[in-house]
Amino acid sequence: MTSQIVRLFTLIVALFALLVVFTTRWTVIDASKLDNNTLNRLTLVTQLRIKRGRILADDGTTVLARSVPAGGGTWRRVYPTDQLFAQPVGYSDALEGQAAGLEQSDGGDLRGLQTGLDSIFGQLTRTRTGDDVYTTLDPRGQRAAAQALGGQEGSVVALNPRTGAILVMYSNPSYNDNGRNPCGPRAPGSCFNRATQANYEPGSTFKVVTATAAIDSGLYTPDSVIDGRSPIMVSGVPLENDGNQNWGPQSLTTAMINSINTIFAQVAERVGRGTMTEYMKRFGFYSKPPLDYPPDAIRPSDVHSLLNGRPLPPASPDEDIGRIGIGQGGVSVTPLQMAMVAAAVANGGRLMTPHLTARVVNADGVTVKTVKPTVYSQVMKASTAAEVTQMMTKVVEEGTGTTVQFGGISIAGKTGTASRGAPGSGLTEPSFLAFAPANDPKVAIDVIVDQSHGGYGATVAGPIARAVLQTLLSEGK
Amino acid sequence: MSARNRELVALIPASLLVTAGFAGVFIQRSNVLSNVSLTYGAIFLGLCLGAHIVIRATLPHADPYLFPLVAALACFGIVMVYRIDSAEARRQAEWFVIGLILFAGTIVAFRDYRKLERYRYTIVVISLVILALPRVPGIGQYTNGAYLAIRVPGLGGFQPEEFAKIGLVIFLASYLRDTRQVLVTGGRRILGITIPPIKHFGPILVIWGVAMAIMVLLSDMGSSLMLYGGLLAMLYVATGRISFVVVGLAAFALGAWYLGTHITHVHARVEDWLHPFNPRLYSAGLGSFQIANGIFAQAAGGLFGTGFGQAVLIFPGTNYHLIPAPETDMIYAVIANELGLFGAVAVLVVYLLFIARGFKAAVISRDSFSTLLATGLSAIVAIQVFVIVGGVTRVIPLTGVTLPFISYGGSSIVANFVLLALLLLVSDRARRPYRR
Repeated sequence: MTSQIVRLFTLIVALFALLVVFTTRWTVIDASKLDNNTLNRLTLVTQLRIKRGRILADDGTTVLARSVPAGGGTWRRVYPTDQLFAQPVGYSDALEGQAAGLEQSDGGDLRGLQTGLDSIFGQLTRTRTGDDVYTTLDPRGQRAAAQALGGQEGSVVALNPRTGAILVMYSNPSYNDNGRNPCGPRAPGSCFNRATQANYEPGSTFKVVTATAAIDSGLYTPDSVIDGRSPIMVSGVPLENDGNQNWGPQSLTTAMINSINTIFAQVAERVGRGTMTEYMKRFGFYSKPPLDYPPDAIRPSDVHSLLNGRPLPPASPDEDIGRIGIGQGGVSVTPLQMAMVAAAVANGGRLMTPHLTARVVNADGVTVKTVKPTVYSQVMKASTAAEVTQMMTKVVEEGTGTTVQFGGISIAGKTGTASRGAPGSGLTEPSFLAFAPANDPKVAIDVIVDQSHGGYGATVAGPIARAVLQTLLSEGK
Repeated sequence: MSARNRELVALIPASLLVTAGFAGVFIQRSNVLSNVSLTYGAIFLGLCLGAHIVIRATLPHADPYLFPLVAALACFGIVMVYRIDSAEARRQAEWFVIGLILFAGTIVAFRDYRKLERYRYTIVVISLVILALPRVPGIGQYTNGAYLAIRVPGLGGFQPEEFAKIGLVIFLASYLRDTRQVLVTGGRRILGITIPPIKHFGPILVIWGVAMAIMVLLSDMGSSLMLYGGLLAMLYVATGRISFVVVGLAAFALGAWYLGTHITHVHARVEDWLHPFNPRLYSAGLGSFQIANGIFAQAAGGLFGTGFGQAVLIFPGTNYHLIPAPETDMIYAVIANELGLFGAVAVLVVYLLFIARGFKAAVISRDSFSTLLATGLSAIVAIQVFVIVGGVTRVIPLTGVTLPFISYGGSSIVANFVLLALLLLVSDRARRPYRR
């Protein structure tokens, strides 16, 4: 019977080998596929057990997000600053598999990267701790923006033109990111971030773009004289100045100071669709700003068809380029984009890549990642930037933007007042674009208020910009 | 070195294993190495030493590796069970003691185990009767769609198939010893297949029928497969006829196919096996939840595992059990999770070594009954391991049998220690020097 027993044992060895093969299949070969199976709750538990790193403001002490124990070795997120920073910070709910804002876009850092060695020996440490994310956000500036908006729906974006660091990103209404399913259909507040997602008409703040294209292309100088009569025919439809004022021949600088529509419409028409579009693209239009923020919460600024509201392709023949030149004609912007326009002019024509993350520091206090300023595009010559700055400075000194003056600091700015609602409703959408100090810019800002009953950029948005600028500059920003 | 001294030295890995294992679990639990872990190690070492002394006194020639291999498995098992549920580990430890008492009792009572042959019909009848007990209303327990156990007041569940398997092996070893020649030579050949005389083959047909009946009546595919596999293995070794095995497997496959397509419960198990990640089956009652989560647990283990005590069995902060029956059916998945592929394969290798030593005893035995008995006992352990590990790893449909010596369960521990005692008895007789 010995040979039968040997054969039987051979069969058993073969069967056990099959067991080893299948164990290998599950533990190694198919492991990552199984880890990602939607039915697999172990992956979720692993996520819940990670102590995500903190999110901090640029002062390094204000905590915007941190992890607290939630029992069973799991963690949950707490947002001490709540609504104030909800839009940029977002939230993370691993249990529901939801995340927004920096919690989503910086999720990899916040969970902590694992090296191959860690995944083998990682079980020796009890808690996997993620890295802390230090943002560029300024708590006092953010608070100033919220207070100055004072409950009005709208948005404020301020950034450092030299680095692209976003100092303020506030959108009202905000939401409570400590709540359950805070972006759900029944949740109070709004997860819609006006700063990056809204669809605003820039109005006269867009004249900064038009002036840049006009001067940088060599077709105009700040002293070029254009006839400012009103009304004029633009694309077959009469266009009036504010109050139908007939300005007569005026320099481009004067046109900027007094926001003369008919002059800028003529300039835009002469500069032409192609060149206007080229400069808009250099400023960042027609593409999503490369922000460290969830791409699905960023909208590219562009031109929409007035007929059906759909985006037009760049330089479309359907564009009314004259009205686009004064920020109408379907131009559709986000406050972030207009803040980038201000920043490009402020930084000598060089647009820096906007960013929210300053650096990433691991649990041992070692800085593992530093976000260095990078050039996004060279929008214009430095000389053009200086000339546009000069024009914008006069807007605040003697033109439509005098409401923004404070404390002897020279400010370059541009007002905007788009009309809203039905013609004759008197509803406006005031905006203000600025940077300061004009001779050594530290802060570039754009403010847009959704709706005002007859208010102007200067009277409604300007004071908000002033409050935020004042706060940020007083901090030495 | 004498056989017994080798056995003593071979116990060292088991004692180190149990101590290191408990230490690991304690470190994970409380970050503090409690001296309780060392106490557990000492108690188990003491029990193993006690058993060793029994073997030394009664079976001086027995195989020196069988017991240490079992000790390693049992010590590993108690650590795993402790890690899953410390209260169950305490009961498991008590069963361990009872198992060792029965182990010693078996050795003393059956010094000459060949007298078991005299009672072979009594043994087989008792085995078949207790196999049917779980179906008896009032005492049977219905678990996860199968009748696996009976309730014994004060003891909890009792799984008769663990003991019945030994009884059936004893019967078959004895019966085949008598009839194996007749089965081969006495039959007529039809179409090249030897048809054994019905008179001698009858009892084997009865066992086939019983295996099928277990499946139909108890819905217990695992035990059925285990008993039937043991039967075929012994039949093959006794007769050397592959044709018997082929016909036997075909008959079993036919029966299994019929049941798999006609019995709802069996059909569900097969469906779960084929499509464990189908969301509908996953959330169905008697669905693939268990097998799917067992596989997820293995996937989380990787090469080296997550570490002792790290497996996630209950969703944190809730009462939601991710792996049903982690200490019995699914213990292999927990092992693969915590110790990884290497740990799981190591466990399988220990079983293979045990089976090899069992077969060694069978080969060197001087009489056919001893050979068949050792073969059957070893083979049935091998098949039991294959049935449950194969079920957990999706080689075959998942059915509830225990992982011998490791899974939680009093019946399993006690019965398998009796099985070990019989193997040692055979081995001692085989290795005893001739006395003229």
